[in-house]
Amino acid sequence: MLDMLKSVFSNLSKKPATRMYPYEERKPFDINRGHLENNIDECIFCGMCQRVCPSNCIKVDRKNGVWEYDPFECVICGVCVEKCPKKSLRLDTHYRSCTDKKYDVHLERHEDSEKAGA
Amino acid sequence: MSEKGTIPFGPQHPVLPEPIHLKLVVEDEKVVEAYPAFGFVHRGLETLAQKKDFNQMVYVVERVCGICSCMHGQDYCQAIEELMGIEVPIRAEYLRTIWAELHRIHSHLLWLGLFADAFGFENLFMQTWKIREKIMDILEATSGNRVIISVNIVGGVRKDISNDQAKWILRELDDVEKQLKDINDVVMNNYTVKERTVGIGVLTKEEAYELGATGPMAKGSGVDLDLRTTGYAAYKYLDFEPIVEKSGDSYARNLVRMKEIFQSIDLIRQALSKMPEGDINVPVKGNPPAGEVISRLEQSRGEVVYYIKSNGTKFLDRLRIRTPTFANIPALLKILPGSQLQDVPVLILTIDPCISCTER
Repeated sequence: MLDMLKSVFSNLSKKPATRMYPYEERKPFDINRGHLENNIDECIFCGMCQRVCPSNCIKVDRKNGVWEYDPFECVICGVCVEKCPKKSLRLDTHYRSCTDKKYDVHLERHEDSEKAGA
Repeated sequence: MSEKGTIPFGPQHPVLPEPIHLKLVVEDEKVVEAYPAFGFVHRGLETLAQKKDFNQMVYVVERVCGICSCMHGQDYCQAIEELMGIEVPIRAEYLRTIWAELHRIHSHLLWLGLFADAFGFENLFMQTWKIREKIMDILEATSGNRVIISVNIVGGVRKDISNDQAKWILRELDDVEKQLKDINDVVMNNYTVKERTVGIGVLTKEEAYELGATGPMAKGSGVDLDLRTTGYAAYKYLDFEPIVEKSGDSYARNLVRMKEIFQSIDLIRQALSKMPEGDINVPVKGNPPAGEVISRLEQSRGEVVYYIKSNGTKFLDRLRIRTPTFANIPALLKILPGSQLQDVPVLILTIDPCISCTER
């Protein structure tokens, strides 16, 4: 009848299994898929990422040099990163932080500046 | 004299993992009739096959269910590969098997926790989900995500498991097996658990076969039906026997699922030791030719059937998914009449309902 007693005593003597988040955070694994970033200086605006995206969240304008991305539609599958010919897209390990207003990421081909609109 | 009343076992209930509506006609605490109603999570995912091309559909099909997601992707990819005549490299078959068996373990552990919660045993619920966290860590370290892992593509897999990772996986599985053996005794031999499960929801072998029950629902009643013996993916190189119990009640189905967890750990160990070196995918060119194909697979809850009809373009003509919970619902409606009202949560959870699979 007291089958779980052994498990109860071993749990009492070990340290707690829960983590005191947000004071203690677990470092994510290196392969973890968090959010998408584009290095706009390397990008050639070929539009390959737009063609393979399953959720249609990337818009590329080749003539004007504009790369737009909706982070709230993205499912972070990573197909665009695999198909990018110049390897300018990459996935960072941390998921985007919580927010109460939706925003778009808008990057243009300029000499040195990048714009992230709100 | 006895009175009949109607109780709505509603879409919102603390015990249900997903919304399902049952109208129970009750006579003095005994259920006499049950009328189901579905459709609370219908998302219309099958029509997206006509709007997204066949490579992008893998990511849509994976999101039909969160618990058996890798196996949905695998079945879709197997169907398209059979239609296009693509041969997947052997290392990719082994990798698909390893991820599928990991999903089977975490699905059964999730079910065990919810089942214990259905009759009030919250301690067992917390302990099983703590063990499940180790499996989620393995999934995250090998593919990048915990629940929807997105590793299957048409032509193979996208990620690989290195030798160091394989050794780490084996160490974690040893730990999981040790902790599971402590809990095994509680599930199989505890007096309270047995009082709530033995003799409840009996389904005889003929009834299980006639109603089309699949998975542990049929195996607990003595029907010897496991699709992994047909030898898809890497199962043709591995050595195992399907697990069958005879009594047909809730206790027998519990035993089948617990033993399947240990069998899955053994299958992963065999697969990791036998996996050869090689490529992990082959390139896919062109569109699927016109035609129809049917592909089946053994998910954690039973047999899933994919029917694909293609017309030669990159959009599919029709995609139809028949999920295992959909096939187990008639069996549920057979065991409900005649049971006591306090056993209704136990009976609903003994079929392992995955309502988002049922309604897509």
